[in-house]
Amino acid sequence: MAEMDTSSGGGHKKGPGVKKAKKLSTRIDMTPMVDLGFLLITFFMFTTTMSKPKTMEINMPAKDKVEDNQQTKIKASTALTLLLGNNHRVYYYEGLADDPANPPAVKVAYFKPGADGIRNVIIAKKQAVSQLQQSGGLGPKDNAVVLIKPDATSTYEDMVNALDEMAINDVKTYAVIDITDVDKEFMGAQ
Amino acid sequence: MPKVKMARKSTNIDMTAMCDVAFLLLTFFMLATKFKPDEPVVVSTPSSISEITLPDTDIMMLTVDKTGRIFFSIDKQSIRENLIQDINSYKNLGLTKAEMDAFKYGSSVGVPFNQLKSYLGATPAEQKDFDKTATGIPTDTSNDVVTNELATWIRSARNNNAKLRITIKADGNTAYPEVKKVIQTLENYKIYKFNLITNMKAIPPGTAAAQARTTEA
Repeated sequence: MAEMDTSSGGGHKKGPGVKKAKKLSTRIDMTPMVDLGFLLITFFMFTTTMSKPKTMEINMPAKDKVEDNQQTKIKASTALTLLLGNNHRVYYYEGLADDPANPPAVKVAYFKPGADGIRNVIIAKKQAVSQLQQSGGLGPKDNAVVLIKPDATSTYEDMVNALDEMAINDVKTYAVIDITDVDKEFMGAQ
Repeated sequence: MPKVKMARKSTNIDMTAMCDVAFLLLTFFMLATKFKPDEPVVVSTPSSISEITLPDTDIMMLTVDKTGRIFFSIDKQSIRENLIQDINSYKNLGLTKAEMDAFKYGSSVGVPFNQLKSYLGATPAEQKDFDKTATGIPTDTSNDVVTNELATWIRSARNNNAKLRITIKADGNTAYPEVKKVIQTLENYKIYKFNLITNMKAIPPGTAAAQARTTEA
């Protein structure tokens, strides 16, 4: 490939006084060029990045004061509360837990697929809410509401995982809110 | 025993094809990638299924490493220049022109205001060393301009670029209260919408998001 046909094929015979041009090889040693090429490839592979960073958008609930009659009240039957605890545990209970005499059943799940994964809990909650909607127990606008309450012992990854579960399971209404003392007691009791 | 004659083979290989491949790959890497931004600390972000790519411009990035140190960075040199002038006059830091230029052309800062002058006066190599032990920008959940220096940075940055998009890049192992401080500071400025930088991960099959994807396609 790197050589070219320099012979004048089929050329007429030159006379005795005509000097024959010296044939030079056009073959070049490509090895240093290959070295250089691979060196640059290595450089670009190490210093550059392929993918642009991905982001997830988050909307925090606004802290503005809202009049009591303007507030949208969450119906207890649509609510699911996730308490993010230590060691990537998720404590969850249904309802709003606003009745101290009748505390909800708090259970533990994890961010992983499988029987004790939080995903099944969220899917089950969504199904229960849609069944209630069909039977008329809830209005058509009452979607499942997930309240995410990260505890001080949880990590940022837990919060992102929880938000990600909302996207994975198509939960339309969710909010990251501060954990309350009551919730901390629930976690401690477990 | 008769001697076995080895056929003499030339060790010259035609390198042209290899050269072609090398430069083809080189061209690909040059065009398809872009340089890694200079990062003060190593942060391994958690993953999510979100596919929104980060825009190139009007970005303010708050990097939180796993011990909770906060680093601030913002794009566009013109904005960086105005920002450091604002901070300088507001906090009476007495920065020289050279130190302000160091901020303009630098990347991110993670030092309290009282160390900012010495930090910007240092060489880039010294700054890198300093970043390893830096305390990060002090912040808390209050709106107090004295203790919550991150709030001052955010406010000045927003004054200089109203279109600013705020992103938080935090390490997955950061304790939640550290991130909470940043979020609280943003909320104090009525910023309720911001972006979290995450890695990509595949959508788990059989879930609602996976079904939505197949109906879209």
